[in-house]
Amino acid sequence: MTPPPALQLEDVSASYGSFRALFHVNLTVENGSAVALIGANGAGKSTVARVASGLIRPSSGRLLISGSDFTGSAPHQIARTGVALANEGRSLFASLTVQENLSLAFRNAPSVTDPDAAMNSAFALFPQLEERCTQQAGTLSGGEQRILTLARVMATKPQLLIADELSLGLAPLVTTQVYEALATIRDSGCALLIVEQHLDHALALADEVVAIEKGEITFRGDPADVGEVTGGLLLPSGHPAAIDEPT
Amino acid sequence: MVDLVEYAIRGIPTGCVYALLAVGLVLTYKTSGVFNLAYGAQAFASASVFYVVRKDHEWPLWAAAILAIVIVGPAIGLVLERFLFRYLRGSPPMAKLVTSLGLLIAIPEVVRLLLGSGSRKNPPPLWWVRRTDEWLWPQGSSVVLDAGQIATIVSTIVVVIALVFLFARTQIGLKMRAVVESARMAELYGVNSERTSMTAWALSSLLAGLAGVLVAPLFASLNPLDLFTLLVAALAATVFGGLTSIPLTFAGGIALGVLQAVMAGALPTDSVFATGLRPGLPFIVLFALLMFRPGLRTSGELQDPLAGVDPPPPSPVTQDQPKWLTRGSRALMILLLLVACWISISVLDAFWLGLVVSGVCLSVILLSITVATGLGGMLSLCPAAFAAIGAFATAQLVEATGMTVIGAMIIAGLVSATAGAALALPVVRLGAVYLALATLAFALMFESILVPLSWVSGGSVPLSVPRPLIGSIDMADDRWFLLFAATCLGLIAWVVVRLREGTMGRFLQALYTSRDAAESIGVSATRPRVMAFAVSAGIAGFGGGLLASYAGQANYQASFVYLVGLVWVALVVSTGARSVLAAIISGMVFFLLPAGLERLFSWPENWLEAHPDASGPVASLLEVITPSWAVPVAFILFGAGAIMYARHPEGSLQSQMSALGRAVNRRIDPGGEPPDPADDLDRESSADLVGPS
Repeated sequence: MTPPPALQLEDVSASYGSFRALFHVNLTVENGSAVALIGANGAGKSTVARVASGLIRPSSGRLLISGSDFTGSAPHQIARTGVALANEGRSLFASLTVQENLSLAFRNAPSVTDPDAAMNSAFALFPQLEERCTQQAGTLSGGEQRILTLARVMATKPQLLIADELSLGLAPLVTTQVYEALATIRDSGCALLIVEQHLDHALALADEVVAIEKGEITFRGDPADVGEVTGGLLLPSGHPAAIDEPT
Repeated sequence: MVDLVEYAIRGIPTGCVYALLAVGLVLTYKTSGVFNLAYGAQAFASASVFYVVRKDHEWPLWAAAILAIVIVGPAIGLVLERFLFRYLRGSPPMAKLVTSLGLLIAIPEVVRLLLGSGSRKNPPPLWWVRRTDEWLWPQGSSVVLDAGQIATIVSTIVVVIALVFLFARTQIGLKMRAVVESARMAELYGVNSERTSMTAWALSSLLAGLAGVLVAPLFASLNPLDLFTLLVAALAATVFGGLTSIPLTFAGGIALGVLQAVMAGALPTDSVFATGLRPGLPFIVLFALLMFRPGLRTSGELQDPLAGVDPPPPSPVTQDQPKWLTRGSRALMILLLLVACWISISVLDAFWLGLVVSGVCLSVILLSITVATGLGGMLSLCPAAFAAIGAFATAQLVEATGMTVIGAMIIAGLVSATAGAALALPVVRLGAVYLALATLAFALMFESILVPLSWVSGGSVPLSVPRPLIGSIDMADDRWFLLFAATCLGLIAWVVVRLREGTMGRFLQALYTSRDAAESIGVSATRPRVMAFAVSAGIAGFGGGLLASYAGQANYQASFVYLVGLVWVALVVSTGARSVLAAIISGMVFFLLPAGLERLFSWPENWLEAHPDASGPVASLLEVITPSWAVPVAFILFGAGAIMYARHPEGSLQSQMSALGRAVNRRIDPGGEPPDPADDLDRESSADLVGPS
């Protein structure tokens, strides 16, 4: 018997107040696999990430994590099952130091049995963090902040990582580093949901590509197909038409 | 020298009082993100409970302490968290401040309703010996500590050590700080943010209760105003610690107490310095710290990176409402006010007419809040001080030069505007919370230093102010005065509307929305705000003169105490800070509601008198209600308005009008708002864009 998938959205609709953002979305991330979710600004990518992590309660449909129903659960309950969200922009506590950020994560993650060992392994992976361990996280550069986020995720060993536009606003070199780290995370057996607007890195990593447009899933397929046609360029509108008729 | 050391030692108990209050405020701010002005009111609640059970019911000390501090204190905090502050996490600091202002007004009145409003003299100490020399100290020592002081020193030291430990060594301290910065992200880290936040409120409210019970014996009788004034004095220590550092706050509190004691001992007792500076010292220190402590210029508020998860706020009323509707409703409003004026003159008896005139005068003062807070986005907590400046200036000008009262009021407005500009120059650069604190410090400096001086207020006897006289029309008749005051109100309301819709109003709104963006397109960050502050002070000054002229005297204690000013601010902001009509309604409500409630609550008494044979549950229920409920209930309602502000940041009046505007829009243009999915998606994408992406 195969274990249930790490994440399943079944017929999920969601809205911000009166603004509907998702319409009957179905999405599955199998254990240990990587799914790239692509789409233009405002297509609903981040909303999918937020529903999957419990930040937004779906207005209809179900959220299943490893086969159990978590629809309507608080985000911390979902986080404790081993789902990590690294969101766009700042994904750490700016007012806490680097060490405090890591300690907070390790002591609240059930997967971490020895917080001190986790701290040491995080510092071993990214020695530059140890140098800055008493510095306030908000004063780190954008790239360092992203590395701190990744260090936190890697050391907590989640079942599923939702990476929401981690490359946003980063220099190409740092983006490459971030994706190397994501690859390491996947190789350790963690399932990945990569939300991206920039395709090349995401497609290289993903087993499956899902495109979303105006809150609806419009394309599902093998990353090799997408890569051939667009050559790793930015999709003009996240539209699958761009896959058939490259500009 | 030896004397100075002795004075300094005497200052330590007072310093500990400051430190205890200040540390509690820092704890609340650090763990809940709220600068909790209601801390003083929470302290009052616990102190009252302690008084009632210890003195009236003669409970043993430990039982009374457990009930008042360990049970009632945290219970209040939990209620506040659960029903109020939980929903305020993402709100701007000003919304949180206004909510705490509402609580500051409402909580003491709730306590009075529940526990009785009689005066509570000689609050009992939280200790079992009376003086040190009966217990520990050598007999005949020059420094004698009483029970309250020992309890305070011991508790302060224990509390400071415990809090330093909490934040430096424990996970719960870390969780609390994380939840304050972003509850959502803390959840993503696996932290139960609701439980953490409730723990934080329970803990800080426990401290408020402890502080209240400890500090109460310092006063001859227990009242919320004294406690709150002491809290504002302690704010100097809080600001010294930058609202974050417990050890620095403790040091600041001790230093303040010592400084005050040394000044009291070293300065001659009969000089102006001794009478004015000593009580005013904490407020001077607070103001000076706010001006000169580096790092306070920036608000320091961190944006929640997950704020985009919230639905976008509703659009303001002006965008939902067609222009003709705005104009039409304005014309209708003016017509209604004229009719109200006419009815007041022709129908009302002298009592109610008097209240209406007072309400009109107050409405003028309240328009100053519309300008400073509504248009300028600055939560100024000293409107009463500027009104008092205007009232005093009017009185002094009339008495000294014999000029007409109307002329004196106008010059008084200018005097007040000058004072406002002088205060604004340093103050407008501060972030929202610090600006509010600086204006509060100003109000208390004014009250403790300037008001007692005879060249300002006339000393102990209030200065008299005559009614205006235009030609043969003598305003001594209330009806003529009403017409005069209403005309002034109309003129000033027109000025405020012009200001709001003119260039300056746009500049102010741009600055309030995003200071950086406004500056980047060339809007000066200070000039429009200083202007707005000065205009606001000028309006308050003129209104103060008007109110004084109607009352016949410039009576500070009766009309302009700083706490009354806070009630005004709470009223206007909760009704609608940007709306002229809201200011007028607030002015009326301030005078009419308590009087109306008194009539209402005296009805059961009258009925029982008329039916002496009445019995049963209804009669016993009616017996409970007395006219003395009127003022507390009115103030609870005022406070409740400010508390609700969090749900309707545009003000209750505005939110009703918005709903009306949208409803009218739908009527006029039924095709304009279909639940079209494409339309929704456009909005969603804009919602995403205003998020932190």
